[in-house]
Amino acid sequence: MIFGLEFPPIENLVEWPNAFGPEGSWYGFNKIALINLVALVATSVLFLVAGRSKGLVPKGARNLVESGVAFIRDGIIMETVGKDGIRYLPYLVSLFFFIFITNIFEVIPFFHMPGNARMAGPAVLALITWVYFIAVGLKHQGLKYFWNSVAPPGVPKALLPLVIPIELLSTFIVRPFSLAVRLFANMLAGHILLVTFSVLCITLFSATLLALVLPFSFAMLVGLTGFEIMVAFLQAYIFTILAAVYIGSSMHAEH
Amino acid sequence: MSMLAQIAYDATSKAEAQAITASGYAGLAYGLATLGPGIGIGYLVGQSVQAMARQPEAAGMVRTTMFLGIAFTEALALIGFVVFILLKFV
Repeated sequence: MIFGLEFPPIENLVEWPNAFGPEGSWYGFNKIALINLVALVATSVLFLVAGRSKGLVPKGARNLVESGVAFIRDGIIMETVGKDGIRYLPYLVSLFFFIFITNIFEVIPFFHMPGNARMAGPAVLALITWVYFIAVGLKHQGLKYFWNSVAPPGVPKALLPLVIPIELLSTFIVRPFSLAVRLFANMLAGHILLVTFSVLCITLFSATLLALVLPFSFAMLVGLTGFEIMVAFLQAYIFTILAAVYIGSSMHAEH
Repeated sequence: MSMLAQIAYDATSKAEAQAITASGYAGLAYGLATLGPGIGIGYLVGQSVQAMARQPEAAGMVRTTMFLGIAFTEALALIGFVVFILLKFV
């Protein structure tokens, strides 16, 4: 309670009651689940529609999808992994589109909640990426992958007792953890920022002198909404680019 | 501690005092967590802009690497933010 401004408790911002199914059960269905489902269906439908369209000149959905795929191929894979990484394009493209659509619900009216502002979503995505880059490493290097990733070739033997624990921690524990926390914290921070200015606007919407400040607060809210669209895109981009870097690093032993 | 603050402190219950202390530490945790990443991202982006200005044809590569660097540098600030949320609300 600051100057008559009542900020809602954090539970009201991120916790949603179940539409059906009891609270805490595995089949309970709430807003976050709906957002994830919509993002899943939207991604699949987008690619199915784009894949069906015929003709030499892309238009409509196919235009969007083709520019997205080209962006990820040229802007992410070619810059970080190189030509060998093209075969992992489908995973990265679906990752990018899924994360971007779940994020963009932050500014879509009547939803106003990024699907990734709960830890479960980013954690599962990071876990899938973790399994994926380990599997890529095993496929390309065999069981030697584990040794190569904890003890990079060229390290002096005397330093190995120091290097192995550090590399083990940074490759297999910090990587998925920081992937998940980065996405989660960015989306939660953006959500709280938007809620703060919305609450401020509602409080200032009164017949007192305070109403004079309202236009500034509202302008800030509109500006931040634009900023959050950029953050939603940027976080999807960063998650994808880091996944590409991790996949690329497990394809070849570091040297 | 000023006298007014002392009076206010005496008037609060134990649970309230605990909540106030937690809020203070939460703010401190987040404030400290922003310092390093703030300097780091500023330096990183500044150097990247300089690199792009000196060699515009390498701008695409520099930009990709810059975002990678930002993502790594930002992680500590975000962990600080999560600690803030945990201390303040949980």
